[in-house]
Amino acid sequence: MSEILYEAPKTLEAAVALLAGAGGQARVLAGGTDLLIQMRAGRVVPGLLVDIKGIVEMTTIVAENGGFRFGAAASCMELVEHQAFAREWPGVTDAVKLIGSVQVKGRATVGGNLCNASPAADSVPALIAAGAVARIVGPGGTREARVEDIPAGPGRTTLADGEIVVSLFLPPRPARSGDAYLRFTPRTEMDIAVVGAGVNLTLDETGVCTHARVSLGAVAERALLVPEAAAALIGSKVDEGALGRLAAAASAACRPIADKRGTREFRVEVAGVLARRAAGIALDRARRKG
Amino acid sequence: MAKHHVSATLNGNDVEFLCETQQTLLEVLRDELHHTGTKEGCGTGDCGACSVTLDGRLVCSCLVLGVEARGKSIQTIEGMAEGTSLHPLQRKFLEHAALQCGVCTPGILIAARSLLERNPDPSEEEVRFWLAGNLCRCTGYNKIIEAVLDAAREMRGG
Amino acid sequence: MDTKVIKPEAEGRGDRTLKIVGTSPVRPDGVPKVTGLARYGADYALPGMLWGAILRSPHAHARIRSIDSSKASALPGVKAVITSADFPEQKYEFVGPERVAINFWHMTRNVMAREKVLYEGHALAAVAATSKIIAEAALRLIEVDYEVLPHVIDVDEAMQPGAPLLFEDMITRGIDPPPNEASNIAKRIEFSIGDLDAGFAAADEIVEMNFKTAPVHQGYIEPHACLARFDNKGQGEIWAASQGHFVVRAFTARLLDMNIGDVLVHPAEIGGGFGGKTVIYVEPLAAALSRKSGHPVKIMMSREDVFKATGPTSGASMTVRIGVKRDGKLVAADGVFKFQAGAFPGSPVMNATMCGFAPYNIPNVRSVGYDVVCNRPKSAAYRAPGSPISAYAVESVMDAVAAKIGMDPLQFRLVNACRTGTPTVWGPKHAHDGCAETLKALLAHPAYAAPLGRNQGRGVASGFWFNNGGESSATVHVNEDGTVVVATGSMDIGGSRASMAIMAAETLGIEYEDVRAIVADTASIGYTHVTGGSRVTYATGIAVVEACRKVITELCARAAMIWSVEKDQVSWEDGSARRAGAGKHEPLSLKAIAAKRALTGGPIGAEASVNAGGAAPGFASELCDVEVDTETGSVKILRFVVAQDVGRAIHRSYVEGQMEGGAVQGIGWALNEAYVYDDAGHLLNAGFLDYRIPVASDLPMIETVLVEVPNPNHPFGAKGAGEVNIVPVMAAVANAINNAIGRRMTELPMSPPKVLAAIHTAPGK
Repeated sequence: MSEILYEAPKTLEAAVALLAGAGGQARVLAGGTDLLIQMRAGRVVPGLLVDIKGIVEMTTIVAENGGFRFGAAASCMELVEHQAFAREWPGVTDAVKLIGSVQVKGRATVGGNLCNASPAADSVPALIAAGAVARIVGPGGTREARVEDIPAGPGRTTLADGEIVVSLFLPPRPARSGDAYLRFTPRTEMDIAVVGAGVNLTLDETGVCTHARVSLGAVAERALLVPEAAAALIGSKVDEGALGRLAAAASAACRPIADKRGTREFRVEVAGVLARRAAGIALDRARRKG
Repeated sequence: MAKHHVSATLNGNDVEFLCETQQTLLEVLRDELHHTGTKEGCGTGDCGACSVTLDGRLVCSCLVLGVEARGKSIQTIEGMAEGTSLHPLQRKFLEHAALQCGVCTPGILIAARSLLERNPDPSEEEVRFWLAGNLCRCTGYNKIIEAVLDAAREMRGG
Repeated sequence: MDTKVIKPEAEGRGDRTLKIVGTSPVRPDGVPKVTGLARYGADYALPGMLWGAILRSPHAHARIRSIDSSKASALPGVKAVITSADFPEQKYEFVGPERVAINFWHMTRNVMAREKVLYEGHALAAVAATSKIIAEAALRLIEVDYEVLPHVIDVDEAMQPGAPLLFEDMITRGIDPPPNEASNIAKRIEFSIGDLDAGFAAADEIVEMNFKTAPVHQGYIEPHACLARFDNKGQGEIWAASQGHFVVRAFTARLLDMNIGDVLVHPAEIGGGFGGKTVIYVEPLAAALSRKSGHPVKIMMSREDVFKATGPTSGASMTVRIGVKRDGKLVAADGVFKFQAGAFPGSPVMNATMCGFAPYNIPNVRSVGYDVVCNRPKSAAYRAPGSPISAYAVESVMDAVAAKIGMDPLQFRLVNACRTGTPTVWGPKHAHDGCAETLKALLAHPAYAAPLGRNQGRGVASGFWFNNGGESSATVHVNEDGTVVVATGSMDIGGSRASMAIMAAETLGIEYEDVRAIVADTASIGYTHVTGGSRVTYATGIAVVEACRKVITELCARAAMIWSVEKDQVSWEDGSARRAGAGKHEPLSLKAIAAKRALTGGPIGAEASVNAGGAAPGFASELCDVEVDTETGSVKILRFVVAQDVGRAIHRSYVEGQMEGGAVQGIGWALNEAYVYDDAGHLLNAGFLDYRIPVASDLPMIETVLVEVPNPNHPFGAKGAGEVNIVPVMAAVANAINNAIGRRMTELPMSPPKVLAAIHTAPGK
């Protein structure tokens, strides 16, 4: 039996040093809601756990340059309960609310949801649609990356060895902007998304969509940014025709697998349905922010 | 190999324990501290039977390492009644027959108390969604929901 | 929610008014269960205790060439390793009534694989060590040489000639002459009455449909767990959560080749069972490890183990054909029910063949069942075992028949409802009413006339379950202060201590609060069969009342002694002895008699052991409203009403709770629950994340209608109430979906992809 070491550094520098010194045997412990299950099942046998919840910049939620920056290790419940954030980003908030039960959200983190790299992670399509940017530190220093560029495939990210996602930045909101996230699950709660769809859009004074981002989850090896779907909305008044084109583009972008949670055909079809419904909610929210 | 020496408070009392890194808070509570009121139903955070609060935050103790509880305040079912006086939720669960086998009950009581601390006047739907992480296979949930709503009413003084 | 109690006029009983029966007092064991102090199977510990862990097969089907546990035994902290070599061989024979026959040759192999592993998760070795971590590490050191064999999961495939055989020499029972070739078909059964061909020939309309259902797990929240301690004199003690500690004792003693009297089983609180804890898994292993190591051993299953290695109920493949006259009278019915037994024979298919058509008066019926082994965990009882599965098929066809002849589906059932004297397919005539009463209750319910919206539908269905009686024991002791202790051998799985206390208090005429009910261990009370088959309130209730009556006789004798009169001069009324004859005499209360017990002969108490016959079956009729999201196939349960004949509710809230819980289990079965396997026979959803039992936010308040047609064979009229509520659910949901989208869902679960696919082929509505 090999011993598992545990460290809880107080600074980013210390965390990076611990990871660098562990020769690939270390795992970052944020909320632990995925990692502990993987350890229990014997799928992951780490030599060292680096608990990053004691690092201030990884756990705080702050306003920054008209937008929001939240620590990657802030718990989902802290984010959900942040009222100013929820007003500005109701779609991202809805997505975070869907990550497991209240209990799981009490531990789980958005950084963990991103770095666990499940194609079905609920917060990721919402963050991609929102245009979120991750701040990453590692042995080579600090860098920034768009959220859509971080997951690489199931359980894999583009992070280099020893890199940690520190925080996520959500940009300032223009007037008349709204976002929404919907997912399909067989139950109302406690399920992994069979399909997820995030839509973020901005209208001009006449109600014409000037900016849109659409992202889909659980329909490919990672969450997808779907520019073709966004293009269906931009320049339109988000009317039935545009929503139909959006749905078709969303379905066309899917390249899902069939698994215990859903068939290929089902995912393709429902991705279009959810993208259309999410766009409708985002539209309502944008109009109310006029 | 050295175990971790952890100090924390459990239901307001100072406790110390030794644990391996991979031992969960649930295992520490049950096997080291002999507080077996917190139950293991799944070990994967899917059933809520092991619900406790950690610094006031509702969590599944099977998804927390014992060592992560260092310096924290842990509240379990054993600390819910005040002396011989049951918490209103505990009383209402008995009056409404909201438990059959009772193994999910400690977790549901802890989760329900956490809800009422944040929202003293929840709707039926809010109770159902807050408790969605607590599986009960016996009751079909009717009487649990009724008991929580009734306890909330009483605690509000209505 | 809205609860109605219906008391039919023809009650047939001239009882005095009941004071406590039918109320809902707080259960005697309540406080420990809301304060975390109640001790369940995993909550016991002893000094020097070891942790047991079980090695399980990674293969669906493989021959065990060898097991080398030498490295595991050598690991510091490991105190014992066991395999099937530590258990004696058992004789190959089926014992007990055919419906629930047991074969210990199979049982010992299910508990610990011998020649072959027959499903992923099949136990084949176990270790005891000083910590969980060491025990788990030791498992990884056990080397097993497997010869992996082809496997079979699906029931129809398992029945095909040339299918991989689980038992190379198993000849189907129930066929005369027996077949020459071995197969996976363990048994064929057939029941029939009337002339099937003539019946169908006389029918104006005939509907035939095929169905498939998935195995579903009981899903109790407490994984199996026990603690065992064996001493060097060959005696042992077990603390276990089970539905029957006497059965745990008998099975464990048998598998360990011990005398029953040398095993003492303590009833831990049980965290749900629903039939799945009427059998043993970990108890003989913990006992064998304790016997071998000389230390107490505790074993807790993980949730993954529970899904992979404990009993689901069967999946099935079924064909049902029903013939009807234009006026709605049923004339013929034919059913073929093929059930997955799992890795060993013993599916509940016989129940299914008996229960399917039981609610109805049909002159010509044939019901055929096949018990088929396949490479899945061995099935175990689950709430009215077998009946919900055949009811799903029969009640779906009944719905289609009603539509075909243009009759209201409840009226159609009512026209054909069985009554006292209606023949059954298995021979005896029905001896009780109740079926029609539940249908009438549903017809009168406001839900049946409520309007439906767009994409919404309503379905109804009915069901039958035998309910059991059988062997039970109870003691009643009067304490020094006149309070009373009632002890029984029935595990309390959902409030039975409360119902026992109610029946004792009612019989004795004292306050409910003055009675305490406990569950006694196997050395402290007479044999009592499992808490299952909805038998406890009926059979154990009869034992409690009988013991109370003996106590009353004794109390009257003591009062006669105090008054110096003949015994026949004393009667018992409202909790006091009363003296007959002229003159005014103050009655002697139970408390007063108890206070003088030492002067009148000593402690007062009585025991009763019964083998209760006369159990009355349960009937239920249920209504379901759904709304279908036609773009995703998602089905939302809008409303669900359970009308069940409970005979008489003893503890009203716990009877409602059984009905609510049964309905919700059925809803899970209908919509989402299923075992999902990959091509290698590995279970892909062995956890509560992907084995989707209903959560609180999925459901409306379940509405209950307690129909009370008393059973004259029970002192208060009780009928078993625990099980029949689940029987009609899947058909009610399927019929509601059909009503909403115009498509029959003939395969469970009716998950969104299947419903959406059905919508795409629907003629439109």
